[in-house]
Amino acid sequence: MRELIRSAFVIARRDFAAIIFSKAFFFFLLGPLFPLAIGIAAGGLGQQMAKEIDQPLVAVVLPADEAAALTAARDRLVTQIGQRRLPELRIVPPQTDIPAQVATMLARKGEGDSAEKYIAALSGSFDAPLFTGAAEDVQRWQGEIGLLIDTARSASDTPPVTVATDIIADSEGAKAKNQLLTAQASQVALFLLTMLLAGMVLSNLVEEKTNKIIEILAAAVPIDAIFIGKLFAMLAMAFIGIAVWITVGAFAIQTFGPGLPSLPVPAIGWPIFILLAFLYFSMAYLLLGSLFLGIGAMATTVREVQTLSMPVTMAQLLVFGLASYAVTKLGEPIEVFAAIFPFSSPFAMLARAAQLESIWPHLFALAWQIGWAILIVRIGASIFRRNVMKSGGGAKQGFFKRLFTQPS
Amino acid sequence: MSEHAIEARGLVKYFDEFCAVDGIDLTVPKGSIFGILGPNGAGKTTMLRMLLGIIDPDEGSRTLLGSDRPLSVAKQVGYLPEERGLYQSMKAYDAIAFMGALRGLPLKTGRERGRQLLEESGLGAAADKEVRMLSKGMAQTVQLLGTIVHEPKLIVLDEPFSGLDALNQGKLENMIRAQADRGVTVIFSTHVIAHAERLCEEIAIIAGGKVPFHGKVSTARDRLRPQVTLETRAQDGPWRKALPQESERRGDFWHFTLPETGVEPLLKSLIDGQAGIESLSIERPGLHDAFVAIAGEAAARKMDEAEAEVPA
Repeated sequence: MRELIRSAFVIARRDFAAIIFSKAFFFFLLGPLFPLAIGIAAGGLGQQMAKEIDQPLVAVVLPADEAAALTAARDRLVTQIGQRRLPELRIVPPQTDIPAQVATMLARKGEGDSAEKYIAALSGSFDAPLFTGAAEDVQRWQGEIGLLIDTARSASDTPPVTVATDIIADSEGAKAKNQLLTAQASQVALFLLTMLLAGMVLSNLVEEKTNKIIEILAAAVPIDAIFIGKLFAMLAMAFIGIAVWITVGAFAIQTFGPGLPSLPVPAIGWPIFILLAFLYFSMAYLLLGSLFLGIGAMATTVREVQTLSMPVTMAQLLVFGLASYAVTKLGEPIEVFAAIFPFSSPFAMLARAAQLESIWPHLFALAWQIGWAILIVRIGASIFRRNVMKSGGGAKQGFFKRLFTQPS
Repeated sequence: MSEHAIEARGLVKYFDEFCAVDGIDLTVPKGSIFGILGPNGAGKTTMLRMLLGIIDPDEGSRTLLGSDRPLSVAKQVGYLPEERGLYQSMKAYDAIAFMGALRGLPLKTGRERGRQLLEESGLGAAADKEVRMLSKGMAQTVQLLGTIVHEPKLIVLDEPFSGLDALNQGKLENMIRAQADRGVTVIFSTHVIAHAERLCEEIAIIAGGKVPFHGKVSTARDRLRPQVTLETRAQDGPWRKALPQESERRGDFWHFTLPETGVEPLLKSLIDGQAGIESLSIERPGLHDAFVAIAGEAAARKMDEAEAEVPA
């Protein structure tokens, strides 16, 4: 056992150094920062655009006193429900042919300084108001215009009421709803990371096979050690990547303000949740990675690996689909299945951590997942020994017996 | 501990339907230089891979340095595979250290020894070069040094001479001898008889997945009687009776196998019969002749073809 770990460490150290000290690794670290940068830039741009679009302007073609009462009513309402909820009003003195005047105003394209661009126009009187505009805008603001007219008609001098508030702790319903959000968000993050990183394991043995180094490795250390070493080298590399991305992400959040929504506290509490997220990422990575390594080890060329990567990604999507479908069905058979099925287990269990308080199921789940990872590595190594190294004693020794006997 | 570095009993290996190794027994004494001779495809590499535990035999058993689980003694073994392989992006000294580390040598020691060994081989300047920058011969030397860097007790070299020029073949022979002088068991496979003849105390001849001969080089030779080449002035005479029936005549020369009776009766009859000996040579047969006699003409022809491709 000690020898296995020592050998695996030698393999892992070589692989890790080979990855970290390559120029390509720099781009690997940079990769996920591109979408982040674009996201931040697009966010800023979107805000700018939203500002420009979301200022609907309504022309008020009413008699002067009613128009004044309407703007007064708007000012009063704005203090209670906020600027954004009401359209902006612009008083336009009525002319003789009001329908023609309204039609011209709405047809204007807003050229020049004085020319305002109206989305709709309010004409007639308080008793018989007429709201003219495109279907979408009219339907959107009809109610607000009605509210404004009502307020204007019943205008009183009493100052706006101040409503006292009394905020109590989250209701149980709200809490569960919010924690579901944390569960889903963490699942998506976990999935994205494993999908980006675990697929890389697929091509991990191709260099050794094409360069014939596998012969040197196999003569010195057990195949299991080669598999384990390679897996952990990739895991270590993944951690470096994640550490860098989180650091940059945290820095970005610091710089670009706390405008991002913060997630509700998971049921199990943040510190343990983060620890579990870390562990479940490792497990998801090791489980999928060991499977991919086993599959990739069968491939003889880079081309074959490339061809294999699509079905493998699809398989990952399926697993994620199962886990994310089950996340809302806590305790139902499908969710229990997702938590037990080894490949979806890390995802489903992380969602559980967000929603349920108990810790002991996680210890079980981790042990269960570790067991499966070891089993998959052993199966992968055994198949590799047999099919690629052309080893093994034919059919005389049972498959399972071979699996659990010490490789010589 | 057994006094044999390698013991194998009845090794059998099938690749699908093809029987690559068909019941091989082999014992390699400790501290010897042992050659495995055979044409390409005879099963040499498959046998070595089984002995080293890279693959398991379908039948039979083997012990390596007394252990029936070869990988458990991997730290005391060095192996140079037939198809050389190094990580292309590693530096030469680091590649040596890595091969040592695989077999339990601390990385730091491996790097130091790597540099030192490269220096001793006259490749000091290449120590910091990436393997991809090295010539094929240099890369091969790097791999060889990686095979011995952890000071193994048993060194297994599969076709170590192929791809080397005469100068480097000489260096390699010296290295093998130097290791043997330190008490290391060296076992190598080759299809070039000359190397085995120069280096080995014992050999195993492999042909068609079997071992038709296994033992000392001299024993292999002794299987053949010495060859006589005789030049005479007289064309005919009573001395002709002393020559064996199957003697071959080419001009004034006679070629035949030395009769069982030995040299003296032959000489006496020649002189008494006034053959007029111009020249006479009695030669012990080479390993090549022995190989032909043991492995058969077909195997020998395969060896010769291979040798023509890779000059000795």
